[in-house]
Amino acid sequence: MNGFLAILQRDLRLALRQGADSVMVVAFFIVTTTLFPFGVGPEANILARIASGVIWVSALLAAMLSLERVFQTDYEDGTLELLTLSPVSLELLVLGKVCAHWLTTGLPLIIAAPLMAVMLNMDQDGFVTLMLAMLLGTPALSLIGAIGAALILGARRGGVLVSLLVLPLYIPVLIFGAGAVEAALLGISATAQLQIMAAILLIALAATPFATAHAVRQAME
Amino acid sequence: MHRFAKPSVFLKLTDPLLPWLSGATAILIAAGLYFALFASPGDYQQGDTVRIMYLHVPAAWMGLFCYVGMAVCGAMSLIWKHPLADICARATAPIGATFTALCLITGSLWGEPMWGTWWVWDARLTSMLILLFLYLGYIALVNAFDDPERGSKAGSALALVGAVNVPIVKFSVDWWNTLHQPASIVRMDGPTVDPSMQLPLALMILGFTCYYFVMLILRVRLELNERRIRALQLSGMFDERSPGQNTDTPSYDAGHNAEASQ
Amino acid sequence: MADFSGSDLTCLRGERLVFGGLSFAARSGDAIVLRGRNGAGKSSLLRVMAGLLSPRAGQICWDGENILEDRIGHQARLQYLGHQDAVKPVLSVRDNLRLWGQMRGVDDLDGEIDAALDALDIHHLSRVAGRYLSSGQKRRTALARILIGQSDLWLLDEPTVGLDRESCGEVARLIAEFRARGGIVIYSTHIDLDVDAPTVLDLDEFAIPMVEWLMEHPEMDGSAPISAQEAAQ
Repeated sequence: MNGFLAILQRDLRLALRQGADSVMVVAFFIVTTTLFPFGVGPEANILARIASGVIWVSALLAAMLSLERVFQTDYEDGTLELLTLSPVSLELLVLGKVCAHWLTTGLPLIIAAPLMAVMLNMDQDGFVTLMLAMLLGTPALSLIGAIGAALILGARRGGVLVSLLVLPLYIPVLIFGAGAVEAALLGISATAQLQIMAAILLIALAATPFATAHAVRQAME
Repeated sequence: MHRFAKPSVFLKLTDPLLPWLSGATAILIAAGLYFALFASPGDYQQGDTVRIMYLHVPAAWMGLFCYVGMAVCGAMSLIWKHPLADICARATAPIGATFTALCLITGSLWGEPMWGTWWVWDARLTSMLILLFLYLGYIALVNAFDDPERGSKAGSALALVGAVNVPIVKFSVDWWNTLHQPASIVRMDGPTVDPSMQLPLALMILGFTCYYFVMLILRVRLELNERRIRALQLSGMFDERSPGQNTDTPSYDAGHNAEASQ
Repeated sequence: MADFSGSDLTCLRGERLVFGGLSFAARSGDAIVLRGRNGAGKSSLLRVMAGLLSPRAGQICWDGENILEDRIGHQARLQYLGHQDAVKPVLSVRDNLRLWGQMRGVDDLDGEIDAALDALDIHHLSRVAGRYLSSGQKRRTALARILIGQSDLWLLDEPTVGLDRESCGEVARLIAEFRARGGIVIYSTHIDLDVDAPTVLDLDEFAIPMVEWLMEHPEMDGSAPISAQEAAQ
């Protein structure tokens, strides 16, 4: 547990010192979301209809944008090698790094989401569900994305590659995340969707650290 | 198991198999096409359009079959550290991707007369589209490394992760589809297939499967031969500057000074 | 009395045979220096010893137990210094070192860090961020890392890169102190490091030309990477 906290603390400190990362992710999210009214026109009812999907797709892209950084810098400066060699299970360390990634990208997105929902004219009934769904969905995105980030270590064109690998795996989260909000907007209970999202999160939490650690070890060979 | 993995054993075993498999492929597909195009009735509603099914359904089957094959190879590479498993997974991907693409194209061609549009966000078609994305991701990953072995290993891990995801994706796409689409849309291949259609369908599926194994053997051989060439090149036997000389006294450090792939 | 040994190791990088049939043995207090030309596999051998890289054939044992059986245990007793310094530019030297101490569960972390910084004569830099360090200072920070926490085995890949002559002497002194405490040091170097009676392991002796190796394994059909695995089993 010591190693988990140590790496979490260090990654958070790095993110704070470098600062720009989280801000960039949120800025990207906001800019992407604002592009949609230009694309489909500013009619309030159209925007309200597509709001949940737009917010989810933008959040997904923003979370993916920062994925490459989860392991890349540590890989380049030799830190990852030493983490692999430290007497703490690599799975735990990977989980710590993913936690740090979520805290610095997923959490700011959840806070920014209602703001964009207001701008897209989404009905207020959906706000709580939107934030709940994102609270369950974004950690799953970080966990699944970390596998992709670890697989592309040492590859050419890593950044583009990671999106190609990870986006198809994000589809279930997108479907249920947007579905939950839509159900809430229609006045139906979104419990089923939220439960499925919680299940996805739990499966990801249990399974992905092993896959990611395996991929990291492969990259070290 | 491990004996079979030796490349020479693989070559010896598949050598006599190849002509038989090729013959079976030709006969099965020829027979399947005859029954599909001439000896089976058209659908009373769809007419001759229904004959697209004899390509579409086997292609869909092969798309899934190849992905499962890749995942099994990935698991074998993970558990037994089998290099041949990596090579098989790598050889399967383009075949599977092609079949998946074929399934999507025929689906689109079939959809036009049936639904009046080239593309419908039907649950099955959408799932196949995502499967194609998974294939493309795998192929891109495997080819993104300078060291081919590293690429194959990363690919095997991805194939396994993808295989775990496929059922979840399928489930979520089905769920999404029932939510967003009226149920009145005609299902592409309904549960009742006339017996006269079953024979050509079975023949085509068998033929496609045989074709896959022929291609797999050819591609794995190709890869093994490429490796052999690279090994010989690294061994320093082919030093271009002094032909003839090096074959007698193998250069001692040519293999050594080759760039380390770290 | 600890015993660290490897037998009949074969290593392939990518599809290239690096070395084959290599054996070594070391006991507490021993030092082994790795020699060999570029690409002879000095770094690869150190990575194999650390457990980062699996050998295609042969095994490495600590007190008779294969290191791959108990990875965490092996990692707890080993300190590895690679080519890279792993110094984060935005963290101070102290914060950089703290992570590695926390990983090893060191109790008196600040005390140990102070001692390590003193030993490498960089205590005045402890609050300086990594980005302001010269390459020699970064290397010393990396060296300070291996002093933190308990360890029985040092694997040092070119520890003196970027260091001046004086600091090289310090490295030699650290190695001597560690050996006196019963540690095993295995290192590669381009310069002559003043280490007392190290065992020399010349990797060039274990270089097998690919052709010869393929001839020894005729059934392998030339597909080296696959066959070597088979040879191991």
